[in-house]
Amino acid sequence: MATETAVDVVMPQMGVSVSEGTITRWLKQEGEQIEADEPLLEISTDKVDTEVPSPASGTLTQILVQEGETVDVGTKLGQIGGSATAEAPATESAPEPDAAAPAPAEPATAEAAAEADAASPAETPAPTAPEPSAAPPAAAPQPSGNGKAFVSPVVARIASEHGVDPSQVPGTGSGGRVTKKDILAFVESGGAQQQAPAPEPTAAPEPAQAEAPAPAPPAPAKEQAPPAKPPAPAPVAAGETLPGETVEPITAMRRGIAEHMRRSVDTAAHVTSAIEVDFTKIVAARAALKKEFQANYGVNPTYLVYVAFAAVKTLADYPYINGEMRGDSIVTRNFVNLGIAVELAEGKGLIVPVLRNAETLNMLGIAKGIAEIADKARNKRLVPDDVQGGTFTITNPGGYGTFHGTPVINQPQSSILGTYALVKRAWVVTDENGNDAIAIRPLMNITLTYDHRLVDGAYAGRFLRDLRERLEGWEGEEG
Amino acid sequence: MAELTYLQAISDGLRTEMRRDKRVFLIGEDVGVYGGAFKVSLGFQEEFGPWRVIDAPLAEAAIVGGCTGAAIMGMRPVAEMQFADFISCGWDQLVTVAAKQRWRAGTPVPMVVRLPSGGGFSGGPFHSQNPESSFAHIPGLKCVCPATPEDAKGLLISAIEDPSPVLYFEHKHLYRRIKGEVPEERYTTPLGKARIHREGDDVSVITWGAMVYTADEAAQQLESDGVSTEILDLRTVMPWDKAAVLESVRKTSKVLVLHEDTRTGGFGGEIAATIAEEAFEDLDAPVKRVAAPDTPVPFSPPLEKAYIPQVDDVAGALRELAEY
Repeated sequence: MATETAVDVVMPQMGVSVSEGTITRWLKQEGEQIEADEPLLEISTDKVDTEVPSPASGTLTQILVQEGETVDVGTKLGQIGGSATAEAPATESAPEPDAAAPAPAEPATAEAAAEADAASPAETPAPTAPEPSAAPPAAAPQPSGNGKAFVSPVVARIASEHGVDPSQVPGTGSGGRVTKKDILAFVESGGAQQQAPAPEPTAAPEPAQAEAPAPAPPAPAKEQAPPAKPPAPAPVAAGETLPGETVEPITAMRRGIAEHMRRSVDTAAHVTSAIEVDFTKIVAARAALKKEFQANYGVNPTYLVYVAFAAVKTLADYPYINGEMRGDSIVTRNFVNLGIAVELAEGKGLIVPVLRNAETLNMLGIAKGIAEIADKARNKRLVPDDVQGGTFTITNPGGYGTFHGTPVINQPQSSILGTYALVKRAWVVTDENGNDAIAIRPLMNITLTYDHRLVDGAYAGRFLRDLRERLEGWEGEEG
Repeated sequence: MAELTYLQAISDGLRTEMRRDKRVFLIGEDVGVYGGAFKVSLGFQEEFGPWRVIDAPLAEAAIVGGCTGAAIMGMRPVAEMQFADFISCGWDQLVTVAAKQRWRAGTPVPMVVRLPSGGGFSGGPFHSQNPESSFAHIPGLKCVCPATPEDAKGLLISAIEDPSPVLYFEHKHLYRRIKGEVPEERYTTPLGKARIHREGDDVSVITWGAMVYTADEAAQQLESDGVSTEILDLRTVMPWDKAAVLESVRKTSKVLVLHEDTRTGGFGGEIAATIAEEAFEDLDAPVKRVAAPDTPVPFSPPLEKAYIPQVDDVAGALRELAEY
C-alpha cells in the first residue's frame, strides 16, 4: 500500500465542445514510476491528438480505461499513488489541475490545407501515429448518462423526415437530450428549411408507416400505364453495404470535422469574394529573404507567410472580418489569433492550430510560428491551447494547383481567407506613360469567405483591395 | 339522469337486464337473502324470486360450472364471487370449459362472473387482488374493468349481452366512494373501447379501474408544474383498445402504464410491449410502468399503502417522464 496521496488522472477537456476522448496508448504500465508532467498517455479527440502529462509524481497504481476505449471528458482514467483498490472507475468529473486546462473559446477545423510553397519544411504530411480507430463506444448510449448523445426514436424519425441533424438542435431534456418538443420547435422555427421537407403528404395524423415517400394520393392498386418517374433509388440503410463497397469506422476527428462543418454552414451566411494579386514584388522579395531566413533561422518564408503577415496588418482596419457574432452582440478585438488550417495525414483530417497575437509578430515570427504549429499538428503534439481562441483563419488549399475555392468558415469566426496556387499568367499592365502591354506575371487568386450576417460585400471588397495593395506594393515588412 | 354510486350503478345495470331478459339470473354466495357481501343485489330476491337470485353453497367451482352449463343451454347467468380472489377455485370450469367451448363446439357461453376486486382497505392477501391479467391471458375470456358509475352500468349490460364468458372486475374501493351521473334508461358501453378520462399533451397514462382516480390526482399535481397529462381509461383489458393507446402515444410520445395488479406479468407489460412494437418511432422516452410489487397484498395499512401505487408514486413517475 502506498502511503502517498492518490491523484486521479482524468480525461481532459480539450475544448468546450469536446465531450469525449479515446485512449490511444498508455505510455506507462501499472506499477511503473512516473514524474509529474512526464507524458503518461496519448489521447485522441475530435479536436486534437495529444499526450496527457502525469498530474503528479508517483506510481501509476491503476489504469481504469484501456487503450481504444472512448470515454466522457472528466472520466477517471487512472490513478497515480494511493492504493490500487481505491475507487470505482465511475465518472468523476473533478476538474483536472492539469496542464491541459480548458480554455473558453471554441475552435473548429476548416478547409483542408497543405503548405503551398514547394520548399515548405512541413510539406510532406506525416502520417505518424496510427489513427486511433473510432473505438467501440463502451455501450449503447445511456439516456441517463450523456444525454446529448441519445436520440430518442421519435426525435430520430422527425429528424429524418425534416432533414435535421439532431445534434444541431438545442436540447432541454435530461442531460441536454433533444426532446420531441425541442425538435418540433426547431422545425417550426424554420431551423430545418434548407433541407427538403418531409416527403410525407401531410394528410392524416397517421405516423411513419414505412410506406416510402408516396406523394400521390393512394392510387388504386394498378399503377401500370402512366409513364411514372423511375422510382428513386432506395437509400442504403446504415450498416448495410453493397458489393464493392468497403466500410471504415468514423474517427473521432472525422466526426468532429463533420459536425463543425455542418454547424458552420447552418450558422453563417457564407459569401465568397475573390481577388487576383500580382505577386511580382513578393517573388523577388522572397528570393532574397529566403536565403537569409534559411541561413540564420532555418525557416522558410513561404508565400503563406507573406499573405498571413499582410492579412494581419490589413485586419487592423477591418475589425468585423476579425470579429464574431456572439449571441445578440458583435465582438471585435484589438488582437489577431490567426488560425492556419493544416492537413494531417492524407485525407485523415485537418486541424486549425492558432498563432496567438499574430499582430505582434514580424515576418520571422510568423514564419517560425506557422512552421512550428504545422509541425506540432502533424506530429500530434498540439495541446489544447494551440487550437483554441482563433479569431481569423487562413486556409491554403492551393498546393495542388487549385486556383479558387469557397472554404467553410471556422465558427465562431466571421471570415476565412483562402490562398491558392501561384501561377504565371498573361496580364495586362500599364506603363508609366499609360500604355497597356501584356506581361507574364505570377498571380495568386485570394478569396475571402465571410459571414454576410456580419460582413457586407463592399466591406469585404475593400479588405481584399487593401490586402492586394499591400502585397502588390510590397516594400518589406516595415512598408 | 340520476347520480349513483359505482355500486348502485352495478345494481342498476343488473336490475335493468333482469327486468328486460328472463334468461338473466344471478347466483353466488349470500346474494339472495343477504343481498350480497357488498349489497349489490339487495332487494333482488324480493323482486325476482329465489329461482333468479340463487344463494349458492360456498363452492366457486360449482357456481362457475353451473353457470357454464346454464349458458350453454341458453341462459344468461351472472355469477358473483364474494371476492375476486376466490375465482381460483373456479379456474378449471372457467378456463378449461367456458373459455374453450366456442372453439370446441361453436357454442356461445354468454355468462358473466362479477369479481369484486382491488385493495385499499386492509383486506389482506385473500381479499384485495386484481387478477385480470391471469384471465386476459386465456383466449376466449373477456375482462372488463369499469372505473366510473356510467361505465359500470353500460359495461355490465354489454357483458351480459356478450356471447363469450366475461369477467367483470368491479373495484371495491370505488363502490361507495365514486359517484356519477348515470342514465336511467338501458344503454350499453362497447367492450374494447377506451375512454379518454383527461386530455393532455405532454405525457400519457394508460390505466383502468381505481387507478384512473390515482392518475387523475397525480395529473392535477403535475398541472401546477405546467405538465399536461392525458389519462386513457382502457375500460376493458381484454379486448383492449390498442388503437386508442397508440393514438395517445403518438400524441405525447411519453407513456406511463399504471395498474394496481403486480408488476411482473401484469397486463401493463403487454401494453408496453405493444407500444414498443408498433409505436417505437413515436417514443421520446422509455415506456414506464407503475404497478404493485411482486408480493401478496399486505394486511398492514402502512404496508398496503406502500404496496398499492399512490398518487405520489404516479406523480413522481410522470415528472421523470416529463423531464426526460
